[in-house]
Amino acid sequence: MAELKPADRMKIKRHPMPNQDEHVRRGNFDEVALGYAPATAREEAERCIQCKDPKCVQGCPVGVLIPQFIKALREEDMVQAVEWMKVKNNLPAICGRVCPQESQCEGNCILGRKGDPVAIGRLERYVGDFELAHRTCPLAKAPKTGRRIAVVGSGPAGLTCAVDLGREGHDVTIFESLHGPGGVLIYGIPEFRLPKGVVHNEVNYAVECLGIQIKTDHVIGRSYTLDELLAEYDAVFLGTGAGLPSFMRIPGINLNGVMSANEFLTRVNLMKAYQFPDYDTPVKLGRKVAVIGAGNVAMDAARCSLRLRALAAQKNAAGEQGEVHIVYRRSKDEVPARHEEVEHAEEEGVIFDFLTSPIEILGDEKRHVRTLRCVRMELGEPDASGRRKPLERKGSEFDMDIDTVIMALGTNPNPIVFVDADGLERTKYGTAVAEHETGRTKKRRVWAGGDVVTGAATVISAMGAGKRAAADIHAFVKGESRWD
Amino acid sequence: MYTILKKEVLTDVTKLMVIEAPHVARSARAGQFIIVRIDEYGERIPLTIADYDRAAGTITIIFQELGKSTKQLGKLAPGDTLASFAGPLGHPTEIGNYGTVVCMGGGVGIAPIYPITRALKEAGNRVISIIGARTKNLLFWEDRMMSVSDSLIVCTDDGSHGRACLVTEPLKELLEDKDKRVAKVWAIGPASMMKFVTLTTKPHAVPTIVSLNTIMIDGTGMCGGCRVLLEEGARFVCVDGPEFDGHKVDWDSLLSRLSFYKDEEREAVEYYEHKCRIDGETMKRRK
Ligand SMILES: Cc1cc2nc3c(=O)[nH]c(=O)nc-3n(C[C@H](O)[C@H](O)[C@H](O)COP(=O)(O)OP(=O)(O)OC[C@H]3O[C@@H](n4cnc5c(N)ncnc54)[C@H](O)[C@@H]3O)c2cc1C
Ligand SMILES: Cc1cc2nc3c(=O)[nH]c(=O)nc-3n(C[C@H](O)[C@H](O)[C@H](O)COP(=O)(O)OP(=O)(O)OC[C@H]3O[C@@H](n4cnc5c(N)ncnc54)[C@H](O)[C@@H]3O)c2cc1C
Ligand code: SF4
Ligand code: SF4
Ligand code: FES
Repeated sequence: MAELKPADRMKIKRHPMPNQDEHVRRGNFDEVALGYAPATAREEAERCIQCKDPKCVQGCPVGVLIPQFIKALREEDMVQAVEWMKVKNNLPAICGRVCPQESQCEGNCILGRKGDPVAIGRLERYVGDFELAHRTCPLAKAPKTGRRIAVVGSGPAGLTCAVDLGREGHDVTIFESLHGPGGVLIYGIPEFRLPKGVVHNEVNYAVECLGIQIKTDHVIGRSYTLDELLAEYDAVFLGTGAGLPSFMRIPGINLNGVMSANEFLTRVNLMKAYQFPDYDTPVKLGRKVAVIGAGNVAMDAARCSLRLRALAAQKNAAGEQGEVHIVYRRSKDEVPARHEEVEHAEEEGVIFDFLTSPIEILGDEKRHVRTLRCVRMELGEPDASGRRKPLERKGSEFDMDIDTVIMALGTNPNPIVFVDADGLERTKYGTAVAEHETGRTKKRRVWAGGDVVTGAATVISAMGAGKRAAADIHAFVKGESRWD
Repeated sequence: MYTILKKEVLTDVTKLMVIEAPHVARSARAGQFIIVRIDEYGERIPLTIADYDRAAGTITIIFQELGKSTKQLGKLAPGDTLASFAGPLGHPTEIGNYGTVVCMGGGVGIAPIYPITRALKEAGNRVISIIGARTKNLLFWEDRMMSVSDSLIVCTDDGSHGRACLVTEPLKELLEDKDKRVAKVWAIGPASMMKFVTLTTKPHAVPTIVSLNTIMIDGTGMCGGCRVLLEEGARFVCVDGPEFDGHKVDWDSLLSRLSFYKDEEREAVEYYEHKCRIDGETMKRRK
């Protein structure tokens, strides 16, 4: 294609993502977004005007070299595109799928001021998928340094840290309490949004190329304490995430049919309950499901619920499709989930109840959920976080006919790793205290990053933290930086 | 992969296995548990650490064949392997010298109460033990329990061995006997048994420790599926327990939560047995 002028570029319309039809996809767990075809990817790449001072890069938590990779893509030099990508981001196939682009790279793209931003996330996924299929950019390992590093937790923070340290030639061991690596990427985010094959492929490749050891079933704080790891390793990185669910303090939370989004998603994703009884773990869902909250976790829980209802209806001709509600106390404008997920959820048939807050769950004589009692809310003045505070409307109580309640209200750091970890300072929210730039905690030779430090955040911010910590750990074990 | 080194049949439905798991054995203590997953398709089920050998790097588990997973586990033999074996999980039992204590084991609960009984005896307590089961064939380790107790009372529901009564009956007599001065009670067994033990000790204000067996998934505090209501609010059995002050537990809520997946548990067994039949053998592992 001839070189285009910026004005021409800006006339090209943003290319929609081809998706599985909403009527079909609500009955399966296959990936919803199918990915750009090569021609579409190149045309979308043509839209970028190659800013001298690219605002998009400032919006990305790890500063991906966006104009560079997009230029290489449209010049059909995929090998170069992958190389530009990998300078800052080890896992583009994952980030391209799950980053909240609208508030990060794409939210800053200059084209977004007047029209639609460049579809950076979709192009990133395209590059990532190319790399998964062709592996043009092998992970090279530097000569062995003889330094031993323990990484606790195998989510995006731990994996990124381990890969970067492995490349430097260190001997890296990952300790993971679950039976498989990936953290939220495998137990939380569903297959239809992030296929597990993508995660396994990335993990296996890194393990093979760099000789990283992964010890699953190892619960740090119990199998080994932090101090025991410090006795055997030169440095320890904690990427244990924030997986401890919170429940609303309302009556009825222990009724049968009330569960945390983590329990529900773990059963469905990690344990594959949607394939019960071929897989042993079941999940029990009523006809009418209410998911409380409106973040990514809530959208995932609602959309998995829809699919399980549809599968049940297929299996049993008399089975009803049922209803799935999102119950959220603020309005649509405040919804924290990725826009794409909200859109997909709406298309698939999730019912949104905004400005609604549960006050009690009522059950029948067998202690099964039957009713969700709620009040209507209205938005008052902005609070400290800048968001408008929801206030209860007096006398607006009403009952919803509901038999499953899934709480998606946020999570706190996993507690067990802190058992017998003297000197590791924590905030009143239970998060580990660590320096932003280096990941150093208050305990010598222990680094931390990701959700365990920030509380529930994003995949890319966890990866960024893992990367910064790896750089500092490398400098420390090589004796280039001190820690007294 | 974790290898099964030894298998012992304790009763028709109760099996003992010694598993090679050095990472668990190195720090295991009485009262803690593990989470096992048999194969790629398996669910994660919690089992108490019945014994451990740090030097050999082994963990002993004892389980009752109730549903799909425990039945499948029971078919495995020495040399077979398990896909996951995570632990040790939960808090160890607190052992002290309290005076006279009563240790109670119901059914498969006899297995986990044994190391606790032994530790309490070693700590200098006067230990009275009560073990029970529905019928004689489900009892095991009478001799072992005797060897670590000052006295042992055996009961069966149907009177086929020992006294014909529930374990709460001799407990009540001990509590009412002013000379015995029971200081503390430990009870492990089916939830309904533990509930009635705590109802029996409550009027006498004798502290009673129970080990709760809720449904679990991860066992590391991540799902909240194991939560139990105590007087002070909800607690996670896998990280805050498994042992709790039995007088604070909301038993009816616990019992109803235990039964929530009954239909699916039955379906899983039927599906498994059907598959075994068409495979024409005791299917140890699916392909
Ligand atoms: C359902 C859901 C959907 C989400 N959707 C998005 C999205 O679309 N986009 C986005 O950017 N972010 C999303 N997030 C958030 C994102 O997944 C997290 O911010 C990110 O995974 C944090 O990474 P991490 O490495 O810090 O921790 P985690 O991914 O939580 O990994 C921590 C790992 O440590 C292990 N561990 C914990 N304790 C121990 C211990 N004691 N010993 C050994 N191992 C231990 C855990 O088992 C786990 O595997 C979502 C989160 C959830 C739950
Ligand atoms: C901390 C902890 C420690 C445990 N230790 C042991 C142990 O050492 N040995 C052992 O045999 N079991 C133990 N259990 C119970 C064990 O985990 C369950 O029996 C097991 O999960 C059953 O799995 P299944 O698939 O075979 O049966 P399922 O299909 O899950 O259940 C089959 C039938 O048994 C009933 N059932 C299920 N779980 C229980 C339970 N916990 N108590 C009573 N009835 C139940 C069900 O209602 C159903 O009718 C422990 C549980 C916990 C939480
Ligand atoms: S890593 Fe995420 S935020 Fe950064 S460029 Fe890629 S999609 Fe955008
Ligand atoms: S801001 Fe938008 S147009 Fe400018 S370089 Fe970035 S992606 Fe291209
Ligand atoms: S088993 Fe998941 S929190 Fe206890």
